[in-house]
Amino acid sequence: MAKTWKEWERPLIEVEENIEKLKQKAKASPEAEREDLLKRVAEFERRRDNYIEVMYSRLGPWEKVLVARADQRPYTLDYINSIFTNFTELEGDRRFGADHAIIGGPAYLDGEPVMVIGHQKGRNITERQYRNFAMAKPEGYRKAIRLMEMADRFGLPLISFVDTPAADPSVESESRGISEAIAASMLKMFELEVPSVSIVIGEGGSGGAIGIACASSVLMLEHAIYSVIPPEGCAAILWRMPDKGAQAATALKLTAAWAKEFGLIDEIVAEPKGGAHRDAIEAAGLAKEAIVRHLKLLKKKSGSKLKQERYEKFRKMGRFLSENPVDALAKTR
Amino acid sequence: MKAEAFLQCSQCKKILFSVEFEQLLRVCPHCGHHHRLLAKQRITATFDPESFEELDKEISSLDPLEFPDYEEKLEAAQAKNGATDSVISGWAKLDGMKVSAAVADFSFMGGSMGSVAGEKITRTLERAADAHCPAIIFCASGGARMQEGLLSLMQMAKTTAAVQRCRENGVPYISVFTDPTMAGVLASYASIADIILAEPGALIGFAGARVSKQAGVSKAPSDFQTAEWVLQNGMIDKIVHRREMRTTLTNLVKMLSWRLVKHG
Ligand SMILES: [Zn+2]
Repeated sequence: MAKTWKEWERPLIEVEENIEKLKQKAKASPEAEREDLLKRVAEFERRRDNYIEVMYSRLGPWEKVLVARADQRPYTLDYINSIFTNFTELEGDRRFGADHAIIGGPAYLDGEPVMVIGHQKGRNITERQYRNFAMAKPEGYRKAIRLMEMADRFGLPLISFVDTPAADPSVESESRGISEAIAASMLKMFELEVPSVSIVIGEGGSGGAIGIACASSVLMLEHAIYSVIPPEGCAAILWRMPDKGAQAATALKLTAAWAKEFGLIDEIVAEPKGGAHRDAIEAAGLAKEAIVRHLKLLKKKSGSKLKQERYEKFRKMGRFLSENPVDALAKTR
Repeated sequence: MKAEAFLQCSQCKKILFSVEFEQLLRVCPHCGHHHRLLAKQRITATFDPESFEELDKEISSLDPLEFPDYEEKLEAAQAKNGATDSVISGWAKLDGMKVSAAVADFSFMGGSMGSVAGEKITRTLERAADAHCPAIIFCASGGARMQEGLLSLMQMAKTTAAVQRCRENGVPYISVFTDPTMAGVLASYASIADIILAEPGALIGFAGARVSKQAGVSKAPSDFQTAEWVLQNGMIDKIVHRREMRTTLTNLVKMLSWRLVKHG
């Protein structure tokens, strides 16, 4: 049985609790004992930091899944609020209704206007229901398409934050064409003549994720995951046991390191020690640095060049055996 | 293997003569059920006789993730099906008109799209765009091929980008949904064709039965995810009986590519 987030983080939480207890004790103690207690606190803190560093430098695929899904992890709006100013959310898809799993609108990035879109998760039950667990319906993708078109029309670079378990699989989403909405959103991204950067910040969940991730530069946070199928779904198909998620996570190679190795993302963005959730501000700072750097390079290119290079980048994705010498040559490039 | 003289319709359970069944393109004469076709049968049933010229035969799947049992499954599918992967692609003719065609085969690992299927679909669309010929793709797939992980997901983006190339070059692209057309294939190149046709009764949907069950799709209508239901919802253009498919495609392709033909 694969560990849950709580089971996995328990040792760390216990250490934190002990540190807090010692601090309280020190506060209440006479001065003579206090100094000694504070020394012990410092020692515990040093050990905790060591532990975090070691633990997070050795995250296995399943631990990455837990970290990527953790509800303390910063979500799209946390990044937006740290990185941009004047974010003005626009909600209409002009077709059917408002979707709260994908948000978007214009904002300033270091004083220059950009268009931002992203999946939004919720932290408590009410929020989660409101956000539909970041599972967008067709109207979410159609709103994204509108915002992309607007970005293209007014020359605003597009930045998308990817964080979804999957697109919404309900009957109503099927009836309104969730498949077409995802495909059309990808198609729109390939048409854009403005620079585009996508960043996978948590869960890059299959079609729901790639729908807004066909950018000129695709970045991925160190502990984020990106997968064709949720590990539990994969385990259910492979072994008819969804609780073998940990084995499936290993088999699926859903980590940032593998995505980079296969040439499917452009850069891995480092997270603060102990993961983005330990310091959301620092995490946003690191993400911003990478986004700004990529945009700066992309802005130097013409619209047609951006289109062509984006096409060529995705065109190369895939691994297969070819008996054609031309293909074989391209492989060893 | 000796062909049986009789078989039973899996839908209405009536007994059919094999010879007649094949002549009817595997459509049951009693209930009209469209039984699945192998890619080769589809090609024969659709395009001008002897016109299909297969390309991309030299590419085959690797096991880049070293995924459990993938190599064995591939080998078994290749041995059973005789094809290298789930899509056959090449040039074909419809009433003498050259088209770039791809046909998916559900019997090969559920028609799943990995690197090879994605590459073949992309090449089919690129060839159409470059040669200014219409593209026709017969879809039949359970979705992306899980065993190639994120590489499979990226085939959705890659094939979609290739559709964009056809659009830019003013080349018509028609997709035909056959039973079943699902998930990653439906949510990429399949759904953004200029015209979408479907065979009667074909299963067409984003989420598989397992996912839908988890999502509590209990109040789904009885015809949920059938071609007829999808048509009612405006997601496809026409349901076409298999014996009419060739004529319908020929007719549509000719009308949409009049400009290409006129300018040579
Ligand atoms: Zn029948």
